[in-house]
Amino acid sequence: MIKVIGVGVVAIGFALRVNTLVVVIAAGIVTGLVSGMSFNEVVDLFGKYFVENRYMTLPVVLMLPVVGLLERHGLQERAGILIRRTRAATAGRVLLLYTAARQVSISLGVNIGGHAGAVRPLVAPMAEAAARARHGEITEASARRIRAHAAAAENVGNFFGEDIFIAVGAILLMKGFFDALKVEVSVWEMALWGIPTALVALAAMAWRARALDRHLARDAARKGSAS
Amino acid sequence: MKALLTVEFFYAVCGVIMAWVAGRILLGGTGPRRWGAAIFWGLLAVVFVGGKSIPPRFVGYSVLAMALLAATGRIAPSRENSTSRAERLAEADRLGNRVFWPALVIPATAVAGTLFLGRIHFGTYALLEPKQLTLVSLGLGAMLALILALRLTGASLAEPGREGSRLLQAVGWALILPQLLAALGGIFAQAGVGQIVADLVARALPAQFPLVAVAAYCVGMVLFTVIMGNAFAAFPVITLGIGLPLVVQQHHGNPAIMASIGMLSGYCGTLLTPMAANFNLVPAILLDLPDRHAVIKAQAPVAAAILVANVLLMYLCVFRF
Repeated sequence: MIKVIGVGVVAIGFALRVNTLVVVIAAGIVTGLVSGMSFNEVVDLFGKYFVENRYMTLPVVLMLPVVGLLERHGLQERAGILIRRTRAATAGRVLLLYTAARQVSISLGVNIGGHAGAVRPLVAPMAEAAARARHGEITEASARRIRAHAAAAENVGNFFGEDIFIAVGAILLMKGFFDALKVEVSVWEMALWGIPTALVALAAMAWRARALDRHLARDAARKGSAS
Repeated sequence: MKALLTVEFFYAVCGVIMAWVAGRILLGGTGPRRWGAAIFWGLLAVVFVGGKSIPPRFVGYSVLAMALLAATGRIAPSRENSTSRAERLAEADRLGNRVFWPALVIPATAVAGTLFLGRIHFGTYALLEPKQLTLVSLGLGAMLALILALRLTGASLAEPGREGSRLLQAVGWALILPQLLAALGGIFAQAGVGQIVADLVARALPAQFPLVAVAAYCVGMVLFTVIMGNAFAAFPVITLGIGLPLVVQQHHGNPAIMASIGMLSGYCGTLLTPMAANFNLVPAILLDLPDRHAVIKAQAPVAAAILVANVLLMYLCVFRF
């Protein structure tokens, strides 16, 4: 029971806004020590998992130099110009289209997109430009709301398309788990049953996209009547 | 099988970029603070280049040192300036839509990597490491995009160096947060935290009702994913502790349906947790959002809606098919 103490350390540390790295390390050390590991064993585990999970940091580090270069040469501005020519574009529709494209491509096994490679340089500027084309200058709060939803569009599209493709992480992990327990399951069946939730996720994103557009319209109307 | 382009190669490239950041900080700044930041990026570079060939204990103590440097405020964003909006608009005018080409090379390489490049062999060597196709395609795409971007803009290599360094310093210590949280998840798993959570849920609930069993499994996946930051880590624990005994054995549910929808319930947890820093916190920084939890707040209604749908979907299907 006492092993759960690490979870409490994280919750309290996050709530008190202590430096996150320190919270995480403290939680790891406390959990390790109460589970009977020595301090050096905990440090070993931190080292082992830190190296194993380098893949999480790789996309950001490799993308930022080229994205930064392109941004200096007007990539975000150009994305905005492109979207302003598209009459039907709204911030919500841009994001919904991105989520759908992300879901379809990853369900075919192709991982395009990403926060550093696509959302920051292209998707978020396009959504913001669509909102500006429709409502004129938007408030900073609205611009931030659009950007947060752009990151959400990436995550939702990424997570809820992947399980339809059988040759990637989630399905293989589940198959391996059941094989080890000698429970008979078919990868095709698991992939098939990922489809309903994928559709629900797209519908939920459509709902959020409409809510975002309505919010932006309300914001613009309020500003218009005030001036 | 050996491969010409491996993921370790791209980790080493990352390490070189980090070492470059350390060098720029040392040469560019003044004052004692620059040493702290330079050591942070230098240690990170060593860990990325060395990887599995250096002892985990050295990596572990390096991580402790990096965390201390971050906690004492040594890692500050770079004060280097970028271009003004007017300059960027002028460039957007000059280059036109050609500026998109390098950005599109990255997804194009991902497609080509998955469909064709992964099958290319030279004798016993594969072109791309087969097990790491996604990451290696991404690395290759970034390099091709950089080459094209340099040709297109006429910039020198110093320019992406400067911009990459500025942007990485803007992300700062949060860059290593995803890896560190993953390590914490690993330690939780080793200590058996998940078993306790699963036992508590299984014991506390009236699982003789099928809907309760299904809801316990889905919500258990969400809760444990929120704690671990990773649905893959939650899946074996919660499926073994709640899913198999309650949904499959007690109520004769279909394990494939249960697993598939259960994993997707775990992803609802990923949308909700700061522990999944690479999806939720680092993007907030990349998008200049002052509220670090802005992405989680935007995702929360989506996660809640999908979770409710998942519970109903599993309840209606898992005992029937």
